[in-house]
Amino acid sequence: MLELRNISYAAPEENGAGKEILRGISLKVDERFVAITGPNGGGKSTLARIIAGIIEPTEGQILLDGEDITPLGVTERAKKGVSFAFQQPVRFKGITVYDLLRYASGRKISVGEACEYLARVGMCARDYVNREVNASLSGGELKRIEIATILARGTKLSIFDEPEAGIDLWSFSNLIAVFEKMYEQINGSIVIITHQERILEIADRIVVIANGAISDQGGREEMLPKLMGGMGQCARLNAV
Amino acid sequence: MDSIQRALLEQVAGLHGVPEGAYNIRSDGELAGRNTTANIDIVTKSDKPGIDIYIKPGTKNESMHIPVIIAKSGLKDVVYNDFHVGEDCDVTIVAGCGISNCGSQDSQHDGIHSFFVGKNARLKYIEKHYAEGDGSGERIMNPTTIIELDEGAYMEMDTTQIKGVDSTRRDTRARLAAGSTLIVREKLMTHGRQTSETDFNVDLDGEDSSANIISRGVACDDSRQVLFMKINGNSRCYGHSECDSIVMDNGYVRAIPEITANCVDASLVHEAAIGKIAGEQLTKLMTLGLTEKEAEEEIVAGFLK
Repeated sequence: MLELRNISYAAPEENGAGKEILRGISLKVDERFVAITGPNGGGKSTLARIIAGIIEPTEGQILLDGEDITPLGVTERAKKGVSFAFQQPVRFKGITVYDLLRYASGRKISVGEACEYLARVGMCARDYVNREVNASLSGGELKRIEIATILARGTKLSIFDEPEAGIDLWSFSNLIAVFEKMYEQINGSIVIITHQERILEIADRIVVIANGAISDQGGREEMLPKLMGGMGQCARLNAV
Repeated sequence: MDSIQRALLEQVAGLHGVPEGAYNIRSDGELAGRNTTANIDIVTKSDKPGIDIYIKPGTKNESMHIPVIIAKSGLKDVVYNDFHVGEDCDVTIVAGCGISNCGSQDSQHDGIHSFFVGKNARLKYIEKHYAEGDGSGERIMNPTTIIELDEGAYMEMDTTQIKGVDSTRRDTRARLAAGSTLIVREKLMTHGRQTSETDFNVDLDGEDSSANIISRGVACDDSRQVLFMKINGNSRCYGHSECDSIVMDNGYVRAIPEITANCVDASLVHEAAIGKIAGEQLTKLMTLGLTEKEAEEEIVAGFLK
């Protein structure tokens, strides 16, 4: 279980003052699938990076299964069971798709196993497993590989930062199917930052972050009608 | 051959013993083994140290190994190897130099390799340089490669120097006739206070000749790498050079590309990039559970793969 206690973050600025990005976020995630949504620039990605340990919060605590992981770095948190899928996957020269899946699983996996992870995100594995994770792959391909690395890790907490962004070539229903399947199989929690109604529809709980704070949250039955109708956020939510 | 020599041989040539096919093994400046085949003849030069290798026209799918190993401290070895690759051949040549110097005197190998590649022949040339030993004597290698490609010839050259060489000056000169193609891939990693200077000089003389020269380097610790890449387009031709370097610690890399069009139909491109490992790359691998150091090692290993 993930617990955020009063997380605040101010981005350093040249004049020494900090630009406030997050203000006093407190959140408990014990459901299997929690979606975080809200307008662009609201601080969602920053929060995800704070959980992964990439950004250090100015204030507050992060607890994983009751243990304070705030002082831990990225690697230590990864080893404790935190996985993070980047919104914009990183490119490498010379590192292959197989290499990434091997690092992710933390052991020597067979090519067959690597292929299974790729097949689960709708990729024809044979075409990809030995490809370099470089600029020759499209944005959509990189996103699917990114999701496959999270599947290969299979940790108790998986954070996805807008997995739908940049997926253009892949039919969107496949992405939904991946998350539905993950929902059934996961032995932990998924936190997903998304603007997509179809993903929100499978969330146990929806949290809205706007202007650096939680502006609303609740079960999907309660939240979806609010988000989709009349609150003025519909247009922004769909502006992926 | 003793265990040090055998280990060196494995590093530079991937050989566990004597290779198949033609070979010439030079150890501490002396001939340590030679085998010729029906199509590949090896003749010792009479005027200077080195050998002439004659590969008969039309020889296909044969390979030859010419490793040089030095385990004696203080040896300065200069060798001239000339490769005459006949028309329509399709062959692989594996060369390499390994130095193990635990002594206090410098050990040095200067290999001057000349390739005369006949019409429509295909040649793959693989060269590995490796050195070890913790003596105060330096391990020095200065390879010179002279390439002449006849009409329609095709040559690929993979040259790798990953470890241990204290000082190196790598000089590669090529002249390409009509319709010939040269592809060079250099991989270089320097440590400690090592220095490396690479000099490529390619003349695209013939119509529709083309060259692609790619160098990837990693400079760690206090090491220094200097890279000159010169391509002259002297007719209708295509030339591309690329140098891509990672600097770490106090590493120093200087890349000096030069492309010259001496003909209005020459098409020449140069790309160069130097930088440290991107922070996002480290972060990504760390989110997969690697430590920063492991992530760095994997990124460098991939880059030089």
